[in-house]
Amino acid sequence: MSWVLAFSPEELTAIRLSLRVAFWAMLGSLPVGIAVALLLSRGQFWGKSLLNVIVHLPLVIPPVVTGYILLLLFGRRGLIGEFFADRLGIVFAFRWTGAALACAVMGFPLLVRSIRLSLDAIDRRLEDAAGTLGANAMWIFVTITLPLILPGILAGMILSFARALGEFGATITFVSNIPGETQTLPTAIYMLIQVPGGDLAALRLTLVSIAISMLALFASEALIERATRRVQGL
Amino acid sequence: MLSVAVQHRLGDFLLDAAFESGAGLTALFGRSGSGKTSLVNAIAGLIRPERGRILVDGAVLTDTARRVFVPARQRKIGYVFQEGRLFPHLTVRQNLLYGRWFASRRGQAGEVEHVIDLLGIAELLARRPANLSGGEKQRVAIGRALLAQPRLLVMDEPLASLDEARKTEILPYIERLRDEFAIPIVYVSHAIAEVTRLATTMVVMSEGRVAAVGPTAEIMSRIGLFPLTGQAEAGAILSTRVAEHDTRFGLTTLRTAAGDLRVPYMDLRLGAQLRVRIRARDVMIALQPPQGLSALNILPGTVAEIGETDGPSVDMRLDCAGQPLIARLTRRSVESLGLVPGRRVYAVIKSIAFDHQAFGGAAPGTPGADADTRHG
Repeated sequence: MSWVLAFSPEELTAIRLSLRVAFWAMLGSLPVGIAVALLLSRGQFWGKSLLNVIVHLPLVIPPVVTGYILLLLFGRRGLIGEFFADRLGIVFAFRWTGAALACAVMGFPLLVRSIRLSLDAIDRRLEDAAGTLGANAMWIFVTITLPLILPGILAGMILSFARALGEFGATITFVSNIPGETQTLPTAIYMLIQVPGGDLAALRLTLVSIAISMLALFASEALIERATRRVQGL
Repeated sequence: MLSVAVQHRLGDFLLDAAFESGAGLTALFGRSGSGKTSLVNAIAGLIRPERGRILVDGAVLTDTARRVFVPARQRKIGYVFQEGRLFPHLTVRQNLLYGRWFASRRGQAGEVEHVIDLLGIAELLARRPANLSGGEKQRVAIGRALLAQPRLLVMDEPLASLDEARKTEILPYIERLRDEFAIPIVYVSHAIAEVTRLATTMVVMSEGRVAAVGPTAEIMSRIGLFPLTGQAEAGAILSTRVAEHDTRFGLTTLRTAAGDLRVPYMDLRLGAQLRVRIRARDVMIALQPPQGLSALNILPGTVAEIGETDGPSVDMRLDCAGQPLIARLTRRSVESLGLVPGRRVYAVIKSIAFDHQAFGGAAPGTPGADADTRHG
């Protein structure tokens, strides 16, 4: 069984990178995800259904297409990429930040959907009640709305994290497959399968991938259950 | 001092209501769908009326003519909702203190303890709303609204979702609230027993309009309003004082302006004040002082008003030394006794007719009974 744990430095790098990319993809998209979910759940504005379609687009178009669009927009000379690189010093192209961006975009529909559903489900009359007690909109959101949708937020975060761990198509299209920089678990496995004698390593990383995903799902179930009980006041 | 004039359209329903009321408890009474809740929502700032003007203690909260609309959170109006609306993720203590973070005035030291004590919720503080009974939830909801330092307390059918036992449990707390705090209360209800027991002023609503406003006893003795105030439970309200206990027969004598009433024993101290509702259907009329009759209560008076009707029964208002009393007789009896306004008569009421529903103020065996000396 010793072969199972005999990770090469390259493999360890891929694991660490994968976790880092998934973590930042999840965390970075969270505030935007909450804001968009709020807009979709409560906003009344022209183009709401268009926004809804755009948010869900990564779920239905081929990941390669998403990756290519990201390349056009966020590439070195892309419309947005140039702005980020020159003004903020953040480069996405062929960097791990780009991988995180690709994963964030791919997981975004799942994140938004989960938060939106719990926003739709909460009793808005509780917010009215908080208003009559003197709380302003911001305070109501922080003390009432946010705690009540916490289970939905946690579920959305886990879905986003899991999606990021498994992301392949958009990542490899946008930031390629550079070991140590953009090579995540799925792309590493794909590479290993291509080369002769890489089967064993591929199997190792596959098991790691399964283990991380299962761990994340178990942890999320426990967290969500705790949060739900708390929200229901049990 | 509360002054309300509101016009608001909700689909086919037009709310067009105006009333003024002072200290104490003002009941908005009417059937479901008569616009009571919409009216209090306008007062609390939860709906913005198309036209209207709302003042509390001289402060303009809504004035559509001058484009004034103070948002709900700045109105300082405590709102007790029908379903409580406690925050499920917070403990009872956190719920109670929620509004205090925003109250401009810190309030007196010990006020929190006083409210907790008054509502009897000290044991519940660490619990969450899901673990409370319906009655406990409403008491916490009342405390939460009170502790936000309101200048007006609005209660929208706070007992409607509770069973009879829970209602009897909470009513004394609301009475103490009315009597111990200098906060005017607007109380929405369609239950006449609650209203007659609690209300200082009564606003009768019907189809989005105010049908009548006035002191509760006066409104309840208006024969013309019975279709709105409820035929079956119609009756006059008398202010009484406990005058005597008869331990041998288990009776208590209540003194009223109209004369003495003997009722089943009540565990109240002498001098305690009490409101009594005498249902019209429990009152008989005699032309002579009755002899050899089992009924213990005989009040002399004159016929003041006889209701118009084609049906079998007639409501009439008697004047018993200035105190109105309502009697319901058959039309046949009215004719055969030759009852006309001005005629001297004797009203006969069985002591047994006084069940717990008939008593406002302190009912025996309920919390707060000993403190209840300020009614009427």
